[in-house]
Amino acid sequence: MPMPSSARPPVLVIAEQRAGSLNPVTWETVAAAQVIGGPISVALAGAGLAGAATELASADVSEVLVVEDPALERYTPDGFIAALAQVIERERPGLVLFPHTYQTRDYAPALASRLGRVLIPDCVGATARDGGLVLLRPMFQGKFVAEVAPAGDGPHCVSFQIGAWRADAAARGGAAATRAVPVTIDAAAIRQRPEEPFQEAKQAVDLTQAERIVAVGRGIKGQEHLPLAQELARSLGAELAASRPICDSGWLPMDRQIGSSGQTVSPKLYVALGISGAIQHLVGMKGARTIVAVNKDADAPIFEVADYGIVGDLFEVVPALVAALGE
Amino acid sequence: MKIAVCIKQVVTRDWPVRIDESAAWVRDGDASFEMNEPDAYALEEGLRLKERHGGEVVVCSAGPARVAQVIREALARGADRAIHVESEDLATADAGVVAEALASAVREESFDLVLTGLQSDDQGFGETGVILAERLGLPHATIIMEIAADGDGAGRIRVKRELEGGWFQWITLPTPALLTIQSGINQLRYATLRGIMAAKRKDVRTVPFASPPPSAWNIVALRVPVKDKQTRFVDGPPEAAAAELVRLLRDEARAL
Ligand SMILES: Cc1cc2nc3c(=O)[nH]c(=O)nc-3n(C[C@H](O)[C@H](O)[C@H](O)COP(=O)(O)OP(=O)(O)OC[C@H]3O[C@@H](n4cnc5c(N)ncnc54)[C@H](O)[C@@H]3O)c2cc1C
Ligand SMILES: Nc1ncnc2c1ncn2[C@@H]1O[C@H](COP(=O)(O)O)[C@@H](O)[C@H]1O
Repeated sequence: MPMPSSARPPVLVIAEQRAGSLNPVTWETVAAAQVIGGPISVALAGAGLAGAATELASADVSEVLVVEDPALERYTPDGFIAALAQVIERERPGLVLFPHTYQTRDYAPALASRLGRVLIPDCVGATARDGGLVLLRPMFQGKFVAEVAPAGDGPHCVSFQIGAWRADAAARGGAAATRAVPVTIDAAAIRQRPEEPFQEAKQAVDLTQAERIVAVGRGIKGQEHLPLAQELARSLGAELAASRPICDSGWLPMDRQIGSSGQTVSPKLYVALGISGAIQHLVGMKGARTIVAVNKDADAPIFEVADYGIVGDLFEVVPALVAALGE
Repeated sequence: MKIAVCIKQVVTRDWPVRIDESAAWVRDGDASFEMNEPDAYALEEGLRLKERHGGEVVVCSAGPARVAQVIREALARGADRAIHVESEDLATADAGVVAEALASAVREESFDLVLTGLQSDDQGFGETGVILAERLGLPHATIIMEIAADGDGAGRIRVKRELEGGWFQWITLPTPALLTIQSGINQLRYATLRGIMAAKRKDVRTVPFASPPPSAWNIVALRVPVKDKQTRFVDGPPEAAAAELVRLLRDEARAL
């Protein structure tokens, strides 16, 4: 529902691209801006942006601002902060919206700080209240949602969690004007020297093809208990996977990690054992057709996405499941 | 190498957090607290750098009197001394206020490296370190999974940054610099009895937070999230629940 017009300052969406191709999460942020309402511009920074700019111009927004500079060819926080600070100071939006990607995490807090503001990070929604904007953001590992009211002068800077808005909800059909916004960047002042992104040694297991997955989290307590989960996986004909802390501790190899920094899977069946359901885990598995969670905490966020749940001690439930499957 | 490590004290993971009477924070008066997880990895990385290059590891924590507990723990694990910016309001403050508190503590010390965790388990801003870098005028790199053993000898470090979906990238930057450390960068060590004894004699400087900046936002309410899906809970003793779940997965979900 669009908000009343009194609450509609100009909105600037910061698009994300890599090597000239648009990161599709940008559309989620465009969708957020359209719900919040107000005249919307989208800024795209980098080098070699013609294709991505044309793609963005299909959005139902007023303008696409193209911020081209050879110094922005490779992303660096120093370069992007310098460029976007100039754009924001010139355009004077009331609200600046970002998709909460790793890149945004890397520079947007410092960009906001340079403008004398504080980024309101990782929000999952926005509503109008008393003529102002209230943002929703998860706290305490997703156990609660906080309603947060920006204080002080704009521009208010906000980032939205990936998946919080639907990319396909972004209205298209406008033929937005494209405008080049010149910036001055001193390439010698960029302090970070990035190298080419790479993947670690080839993944030994490809969990994306697995039909069934049994995933363990910190609820498993110790490496010595892993055979319990392994047994359930065997009974189900499933692959074994894990949340990040299990791989961080070296109990299972990294290529069995599910989530934003691991693999994204969509099996027929996903069984989460002692996993709390942090957003970074959920993004990797919420596309599973049937999700089962076993957790001793009935309020664990994993139950927000689970189709079936058992609230209980996995050390009692898992052996019982193995026995039931054997019958 | 003179290294600062910023450590936040957070409510223990297993603590059943409940919303308090103000409906804008949690009831944590009788909670148990622990070191924020990525901060423990940042501390370990700081200790390893010191072992390699010599120097000093200084722990910085901003918060109420109770944060003395994580400061002691960090000293017991091997940090040399600590700075505690003490104020009750810091427990619930926004990232801009906390970054300013930390900046006030480390600004005069001229550290070669400032390490923070990537994100806190309670507020989960994931931005205090990056704001701190900006306020201190330091170059920064985030989500670091490795610090190369040898710099280039000319005041530079090379660090491995985690990207999404299993990708990484090496970045070189000049020191002094600020890095935000990701969990899993190393294997943690725990305090020894000797470390705990030694910690008692280590210096903790407590400084007040004289002029906090205005809050950038206010938490107007805290509530339990609305569910996306209707979970079907299977109750009963483990055996009965397991049998019923298997039946549902077979007959209803057709997932077996
Ligand atoms: C940038 C970034 C990237 C990240 N990437 C990933 C990623 O790719 N994948 C990932 O998983 N995480 C990732 N994380 C970490 C994520 O935020 C969480 O910290 C992590 O997913 C928590 O893992 P967990 O659920 O196993 O542990 P916890 O959150 O500690 O949860 C343990 C759960 O086990 C339950 N439990 C305990 N004992 C029992 C028992 N006996 N029986 C039943 N239940 C029990 C508890 O109630 C609790 O819900 C990332 C974080 C960041 C900041
Ligand atoms: N009150 C604090 N005292 C010391 N360090 C903090 C504090 N708050 C945040 N930090 C540091 O900043 C990192 C990111 O926290 P946050 O921005 O809250 O997610 C943490 O991992 C800590 O290293």
